[in-house]
Amino acid sequence: MLSKTGIPTKDQVASRFPDRVALIKPKAILECYEDIPCNPCSTSCPFNAIEIGANINHQPKLHTDLCTGCAMCVPSCPGLAIIIAQIRGHEAVFKIPYEFLPMPEKGEIWHAIDRSGEIIGDAKIERVQINQTNDHTAVVTAVVPIEHLETFVTVRKKV
Amino acid sequence: MKTKDLIIIGGGPSGLCAAKMAVEAGISVLLIDRSPELGGQLIKQTHKFFGSKAQYAKTRGFDIANILINQVKDHPLLEIMQNATVVGLYQDKVVTVYQNDTYMKFQARAVIVATGASEKFLAFENNDLPGIYGAGAVQTLMNLYGVLPGQEIMMVGSGNIGLIVSYQLLQAGVKVKAIIEAAPSIGGYKVHASKIRRLGVKIYTQTTVKRAIGKEQLEAVELVSLDENWKAIPGTERIESVDALCISVGLSPMHQILSMVGAKTKYVAELGGFVPVISDHHETSVEGIFACGDAVGIEEASSAMMEGYLTGLYASEYFGKKHPNHQELLSKYEHELGMLRDGPFGIKTKIGLEKLRKGETNAE
Repeated sequence: MLSKTGIPTKDQVASRFPDRVALIKPKAILECYEDIPCNPCSTSCPFNAIEIGANINHQPKLHTDLCTGCAMCVPSCPGLAIIIAQIRGHEAVFKIPYEFLPMPEKGEIWHAIDRSGEIIGDAKIERVQINQTNDHTAVVTAVVPIEHLETFVTVRKKV
Repeated sequence: MKTKDLIIIGGGPSGLCAAKMAVEAGISVLLIDRSPELGGQLIKQTHKFFGSKAQYAKTRGFDIANILINQVKDHPLLEIMQNATVVGLYQDKVVTVYQNDTYMKFQARAVIVATGASEKFLAFENNDLPGIYGAGAVQTLMNLYGVLPGQEIMMVGSGNIGLIVSYQLLQAGVKVKAIIEAAPSIGGYKVHASKIRRLGVKIYTQTTVKRAIGKEQLEAVELVSLDENWKAIPGTERIESVDALCISVGLSPMHQILSMVGAKTKYVAELGGFVPVISDHHETSVEGIFACGDAVGIEEASSAMMEGYLTGLYASEYFGKKHPNHQELLSKYEHELGMLRDGPFGIKTKIGLEKLRKGETNAE
């Protein structure tokens, strides 16, 4: 249970995923399950796809049709609670926030990690974006098999 | 004796914001801070902040400190004393300061106390062994001076500070063995908890430290599970080897300097303990002495900033010298502060403030 372990339930996670047809294009998965006073995801979105409203304590809602998967929100979320997901054939492609050294590098294979911190397989690093706007939060593009679509959340270096 | 219109005690987020409003209103300000650097706890915060634009959301804490410092530091009406400790505050608004082995006296017309908070500690056997730290000390060592507090650490407390410091420890390469929490659920934002958990760190609720083990320094800790009445469950003791233990079990408002002027204080558990009784304008029971930030109730730095701006405006009003945009700024920051307290995490503060205003106490 989220409030005891920090791990959201399968249903909570599923509720933040748009349907598979929509995921042919990249979409933001907003894993904010609690009313906290915070709205940078919404204000950082260039397409008004993330709605919080006047009361910043409300949880963000994604307008799937407006979201382009640009990932501007990924490093903007102070809780690092946003990833971008996309279905590409038999693969799931993610853009995730990453704030650890060493940074992954393009072409490397890292562990794919689920929400409880367990290794679930391999993740291929496709791209690592580090720039001024992201303020030291790298946006890493990682590719995993499609079956990990709703379980994958981050990567860990293999040792 | 030097005279100043307004003396602000404490150069953290609240004090800095109060200073900005006051100098802009044309009031001469002396800002006194005991640390070598201004910014209070913000300078140790390497994570991005929550809130909205008005609280510099998604900006890292130490960058917010620089923003707040830079927006006031060159103002001709502001004088700043650093490495300076306020040692006395008197009814006639004389403030005594100790700096560089020198004792000084200042006469103010009004004072803002923005002294922040101090950490609570836990009572358990051997809790004075080297290797046992408060979360603030861990952040100072690690994030200010680049010194690791240990190799393997256990975190006590799952409030936002415990969760955030755990994350920072992991970033610094320290192994965080677990986070333990005496309460039945995680205290801080769940997004922080999820962030830690996916890095492989487990959070154990209803668990506390029974004793620390070690000769010259910490070698292990004995943990124990707690039942629904917070009583240790016999037979659940287990020993974990660690060389550091970080205590992050909450903060207490630092209101002590106000006792010197006999300002009324009350015990309000929801605000973190004893707090000065303040009016809607953040004035204490002593005329012309104001208080804001964590010194009047434990909240996030974002609220401390909003309170600081507001108290700067209230103090300016006291001088009869209103800020050129007084009404507009007042509405803005009151709205922002109200918003920060409007969610489930603000309920405690709202109840606490209600008790403080109604005169209710829940002294233990």
